[in-house]
Amino acid sequence: MGKNNYLKLLVMAAVIAVVPLIVSGDYHLSILVFMGINCMVVVGLSLLMGYAGQISLGHAAFFGIGAYSTGVLTTHFGLSIYSAFVCGILFSSLVAVIIGIPALRLKGHYLAIATLGIGEIIYIIFNEMVDLTGGPSGLSNIPAFHIGGYPFTHSIQYYYLVWGTLWVILWFSLNLIHSRVGRALKAMHGSEVAASAMGINLSAYKIQVFVLSAVYASIAGSIYAHFVSFIAPNNFALMNSIMFILMGVVGGLHNIFGAIMGAALMTFLPEYLRVFKEFDILIYGAILLAILLFMPEGFLEGIPMLYRKYFKRGDA
Amino acid sequence: MDLQSQIIQYLATGLTLGSIYAMVGLGFTIIYNATGIINLAQGEFVMFGGLIMVFFTTTLGLPLFVSFFITLALTTAIGMIYELLFIRHPSKKKAPMMTLLIITVAVSIFFRGIAMFIWGKDPYSLPHFSSAKPIIIGGAAILPQVFWILGLSLLAVILMNLFFNRTITGKAMSACSVNRLAASLVGIDASKMVLLSFALSATLGALAGASITPIALMEYDRGPMLALKGFCAAVLGGLGFGTGAVVAGFLLGLIESFTTGFISSGFKDATALIILILVLFIKPSGIFGSADVGKIKKI
Repeated sequence: MGKNNYLKLLVMAAVIAVVPLIVSGDYHLSILVFMGINCMVVVGLSLLMGYAGQISLGHAAFFGIGAYSTGVLTTHFGLSIYSAFVCGILFSSLVAVIIGIPALRLKGHYLAIATLGIGEIIYIIFNEMVDLTGGPSGLSNIPAFHIGGYPFTHSIQYYYLVWGTLWVILWFSLNLIHSRVGRALKAMHGSEVAASAMGINLSAYKIQVFVLSAVYASIAGSIYAHFVSFIAPNNFALMNSIMFILMGVVGGLHNIFGAIMGAALMTFLPEYLRVFKEFDILIYGAILLAILLFMPEGFLEGIPMLYRKYFKRGDA
Repeated sequence: MDLQSQIIQYLATGLTLGSIYAMVGLGFTIIYNATGIINLAQGEFVMFGGLIMVFFTTTLGLPLFVSFFITLALTTAIGMIYELLFIRHPSKKKAPMMTLLIITVAVSIFFRGIAMFIWGKDPYSLPHFSSAKPIIIGGAAILPQVFWILGLSLLAVILMNLFFNRTITGKAMSACSVNRLAASLVGIDASKMVLLSFALSATLGALAGASITPIALMEYDRGPMLALKGFCAAVLGGLGFGTGAVVAGFLLGLIESFTTGFISSGFKDATALIILILVLFIKPSGIFGSADVGKIKKI
């Protein structure tokens, strides 16, 4: 997958290891944990939307399926955390396949609408299956994550769990992008007709990448459930699906690292905008709009581009 | 209540809901036809319609009739500013569809921010347009406001129809939606038509917002759910087909009202969505759209 990416992964591993030495306090660490969780979902969306060119406005549902699977299985059925994790992954892949086969035949707006609709239906199911999910008032007392009976009680443990998992996901995804599959996805994004003329099985690849992104979201959801120990349907509504996409778009969906930077920024931003009280949504919306209007490719590529543009203008 | 009066009651509720969905769906269709953009900030026009009306009638104490027209004018202006500031530039630079879609989402967040800043988080109500005393029809109690909502939305639909089929500007807009290049070749200013489409669609939203606030209240974050339902209506009717969106809007409203009444209120949103998904999977061009409609309108 190229020296450049190995280097980036190494740098990232180093940063992950070093950050907790600088950042302290439970509050900041927990923001970092949420950031990592969001990054996982957005990496999946980046593969699906940025590379394969398929839109999904319902990914919060897969995030929710992961969270509710582990949540319900560990609290109601007394399953071990590991088997619950695996069940969550299997379950969301199953749902992704069932939805994906009809939905991914649709294109553009129609796919967007279908995924949005399905996401909302799953959200309503979370609300209505009161016996299992606790309905709108949520599911509490989800046990903490543990390794061999040694429970995770501090944010720092979750920090390493989340970012370690994210690192593995990233390594896997980068390998995928630079493989035959990744090239096929890019070809598909460029032109579906041309890609299928080259012998690429469009629907098979679309389903595979859709399932993969659902699995990432599900893993993120499971970790989220164990970290916060309380989940409610509101965490998995349409707005959350849109937030995930916004995160990716802000950083640049067609570049996995861009997507991660976007997720990082958009997790930080609302936390620090709290000082503005009622103004926070307003400022948040304005920042979003500014990024979208002036850097439609995301800020990872947009900032150097704007810099070049104004640098040259200053020169002349 | 006996079954017959129950049915009449649900029918009235369904038609009321339906006319709002129809307005929002029609608004979607107008912008989609002119630009190919799905405007996810459509619900915010409804919200602004309701809240601006509240400001003029309750806060300033203007008569209903006057503030109704001021509300329509102001919301229309908001729609136009929206297009000029956030849509014109990116669409000139041929930004990909997804970017434009995300911009409309960001705009809707921004609008909600503005509304929350001005009005706060509380829901507001409005005085009814005429008396608030329910009229008894066949054992069912129906508020006079329901007739206002139905009447105003029917009027709007008829006016829109006349506009698109009988006036030169309306025909120019339809021409743009069929083929923008050909339209500009015969001297139609396509970007003016896009601006007009945002204006019209904002007016429709404001009309819906101002007329439902007396019975449904209005708060800053009402937009997304309304947009979702209107969106369903637009797609069910065959994206880009105005009359289809209106009929589908009414159907959705009726289905919702009857599921709430006879099955369960929790699943009322689910039924609309399940129908939507089924239609998309079986016949993506909508219940009323022919296969070609989808192709022609794809700008």
